Amino acid sequence: MKRTDLLHNHLTLALWELRAGAGRPLLLLHGLGERTTPDALDAVESWPGPVHGLDLTGHGASDVPKGGGYYCEILMADADAALAALQPDGDGPGVTVVGRGLGGYVALLIAGARPGLVRGAVIADGPGLHGGGPGPTSPMLFRPEQDGSTPDPVALVELATDVRPPDYARTFAWQASALSGLDTAIAISAVNRPPWLAEVASQPGVVEAELPAALELFARP
Amino acid sequence: MTSPAETRTYPGARRPDRHRRVDTTGISLAVHEWGDEAAPPVLLAHGGFDFAGTYDVFAPLLADAGWRVVSWDQRGHGDSEHAPLYQWEADIRDALAVFDSVTPDPVPVIGHSKGGSLMSQLAASLPGRISSLVNIDGVPSHRSMPDVQDHDRTKLLADDLAGWLDHRRRSATNSRKPGTIEELAQRRSQMNPRLSLEWLEYLVTIGARRDEDGWRWKIDPSLRMGGFGPWRPEWSLYRLPDITIPFLVVLGSEPEPMGWGTKTGDVWPYLPRQARVVEVPDVGHFVHIEAPEATAELVLEHLGAPGGRR
Repeated sequence: MKRTDLLHNHLTLALWELRAGAGRPLLLLHGLGERTTPDALDAVESWPGPVHGLDLTGHGASDVPKGGGYYCEILMADADAALAALQPDGDGPGVTVVGRGLGGYVALLIAGARPGLVRGAVIADGPGLHGGGPGPTSPMLFRPEQDGSTPDPVALVELATDVRPPDYARTFAWQASALSGLDTAIAISAVNRPPWLAEVASQPGVVEAELPAALELFARP
Repeated sequence: MTSPAETRTYPGARRPDRHRRVDTTGISLAVHEWGDEAAPPVLLAHGGFDFAGTYDVFAPLLADAGWRVVSWDQRGHGDSEHAPLYQWEADIRDALAVFDSVTPDPVPVIGHSKGGSLMSQLAASLPGRISSLVNIDGVPSHRSMPDVQDHDRTKLLADDLAGWLDHRRRSATNSRKPGTIEELAQRRSQMNPRLSLEWLEYLVTIGARRDEDGWRWKIDPSLRMGGFGPWRPEWSLYRLPDITIPFLVVLGSEPEPMGWGTKTGDVWPYLPRQARVVEVPDVGHFVHIEAPEATAELVLEHLGAPGGRR
């Protein structure tokens, strides 16, 4: 795998090229506690273009932010740094994003936030798909030690408890549909349906499809 | 070229007696103390985009009443280190590191705005660390949510998101805009319209640093006002009934850009039995700055005699 260093604010992130090629890039986002590995290619073998994987903040070869402070929108901005690298001038064929678990939620966020740059998002099962549930629960305090290694224990705790209200997730699905110009902006290949994803699944412009079918849909010019 | 005066004074303002640092969470925090080091401690949490120096009038009133007043600059604010990330729970962990540096025992705590809200959550999640709580205009409510239709909200959010992501693409190389003391005070007055320029100029000399090309606020340029996210202001209200310690809520009566516009009636249904809410008339969000003596009187009465039983 070829590594490119991205700068997100003051943290360095590792963007991995899993397969070179021409055409629309595919960006893979791993799940909670995971990292980009070469075998991630297996599930997306049918993709005609180049394939890249991003190590999210506190994961894999990316930096660990001392003192923590993770939330999913920060990871959305991680993905935005990858979009900037894969499509530097801002116009091009767009980038299709496939995320597992936590990465699937991040794929939804970035599809809604950068509807002009993301050409389809696929939400797949994986660690961290549920997050902290639809609303606040009992407040808790945790003070995990950090030693700079990944996955950062603070990331595991903070991102596993990140609240995901269904109406908030719905807004991102709406934006992806309304502002991307795509008939289908989001495909759900996940089997699990945490409340946020059940809400997204019922929105216009969202389809349920297995990963190869979803990839075929977004590979079209 | 003559160098303009670099210090300001303000009636009643007194810089802390001691400064020290705490860095147990990996981020180096600046801690500031007023009053006798041997006196019983009270902790003071500042609001968002503020710093401990905004207590330079209020804190000495408590110190002179016999308290050791301990405040700290939150991560990225004032003289504390800029952090890679900023988030609510991280601020609470930082606060606990400061508590640990003072005492393992329960202590009285006062927080303004975001600081009040943080400390209310801390009181609900770790009841053994706080003995008594004062929340100064730091109770968010739904009033701050603009009343807009869903489709407008989508557009608003889309613009906010793009703006925030664009900001993060630039933030590694961003720095705050330089200016004179007067210019920085003038800029801050847009968000603090009820506070005098004399006070804001005084704040510049503490919360900003003098670079070769002018004064710059010390706050991390990656921090940005406003925002978005899944959090709802009213969720903070849901924590309040859990609080079992003596609890005073102080609200300013006048709405302001930095405040939530929360009224007594918004808080009342969620207040635990022992709590008390006081709405101070004719002041805005910065209750303790506009009315330091009246606020100190309320707080001192709530705290009781230093070291004594309430």
